[in-house]
Amino acid sequence: MRFNSKNGIPPRYILLILTIVCLGLIGISLAFEEVLTPLRYVTGVTITPMQRGINVIGEWVGDKLDMITDIQHLQAENEELRQQLEAYQTEDRMQMADADELNDLRELYDLDSRYPSYEKIAANVISKDAGNWFDTFIIDKGSNSGIQVGSNVMAGNGLVGIVTEVGPNYAKVRAIIDDNSNVSAMFLTDSSLCNVVGDEKHMDEGYIRVENIDKDALVSEGDELITSGISENFMPGITIGYVTNLTLDSNNLTMSADVIPAVDFKHIQTVLVVLELKQDLDEEE
Amino acid sequence: MRRFLIQLIIVLVCFLLQTALFRYLDLAGIVPNLLLIPTVSFGMMRGRKEGMLVGFFSGLLLDIFFDTIIGPYALLYMYLGYINGFFHRVYYMEDILLPMLMVGANDLVYSLIIYIVTYLLRNRLDIGFYSVHVILPEMIYTMIMTLILYKPLVKINQWLKRKEEGSEA
Repeated sequence: MRFNSKNGIPPRYILLILTIVCLGLIGISLAFEEVLTPLRYVTGVTITPMQRGINVIGEWVGDKLDMITDIQHLQAENEELRQQLEAYQTEDRMQMADADELNDLRELYDLDSRYPSYEKIAANVISKDAGNWFDTFIIDKGSNSGIQVGSNVMAGNGLVGIVTEVGPNYAKVRAIIDDNSNVSAMFLTDSSLCNVVGDEKHMDEGYIRVENIDKDALVSEGDELITSGISENFMPGITIGYVTNLTLDSNNLTMSADVIPAVDFKHIQTVLVVLELKQDLDEEE
Repeated sequence: MRRFLIQLIIVLVCFLLQTALFRYLDLAGIVPNLLLIPTVSFGMMRGRKEGMLVGFFSGLLLDIFFDTIIGPYALLYMYLGYINGFFHRVYYMEDILLPMLMVGANDLVYSLIIYIVTYLLRNRLDIGFYSVHVILPEMIYTMIMTLILYKPLVKINQWLKRKEEGSEA
């Protein structure tokens, strides 16, 4: 064995040393989380731009692959869309008039709009957790754009997740479908509280799990679920999804259900990060 | 030194491919475990020490980037690389079947360990479901990627070997 004669240290000793190093690192990161922040900072700053570059290629390759499969459908779809567009344009004009009226009425009643207009910033998803087990991803804006740990992340009108780590030019987001995620939620209809728990297994069927619904709650399938005001991390009033498959738990006290998320988690490209933090909101009150 | 740098670059490239490019090339939401391929390949081509080091850096990169705790993945990949080093004896270059099977076996072990540590201990017991939806597809996809990536890795290794022998002489 050439590598043995050339280098004095036998592999098993190196293995032993590196094992100790690893265990040491685990210990350090468990005990003092902040110590390793500079390390993350350095790798984040150097590797994120590379990922961004690869992403451009990835998008291009993905596009090309899609193009081959899609090209037949496109013409038919185009025709259909044109017709829809005309229908929508007429509808839009009517909606605009309605919206004006609604705004006027809201002002009259001094009501806030249903979705509190949080200040948001748009960001692109640039990489996903390497394994197939968890749903965390990285976005291309960070503390330079005002994002902080705990910032809520939305896509369209639905909740996507929460920022768990921030660098100057990147941020790590844990999706609410991640197996470790747990969000306090509320039914829009009767304000009863429940927990939205991420579960890999249910997500595969397109659902998120909801637990701890009071059995007397006046809820039915199709009700909208929003983030609740009592959550420590999530801003109130963001749509999570729509309830289905309500069942009574075996303990006869609570119900569980599935939520069809408002966001298409399989295809997230751009997200909106809410710049206000729930903690700040609580302090103001 | 040259060898070390080249291996570092290979690991980095695999990491970038896995986290960024393969997001677009996923099959049914599954991304291949590309970092396992250099770990297994170098373990087999060069023995325990290099398998171990390549594994260590692959895992470390994953840890730093995606985990709150630094170390577990480094540990896992390192041991996989080390164990593959024992197969250095039965390895010979032209054979692609053995590396493929080894990558498959490694991925299986890797997934099972992750399942046990992160899922089973949190009372997620349905191993049948996870096998069919995560473990097996990942294994197959990774083995297919081995077909593509293994040959270039062998070529790189041969080139490095020639250079080293050249500089020694």
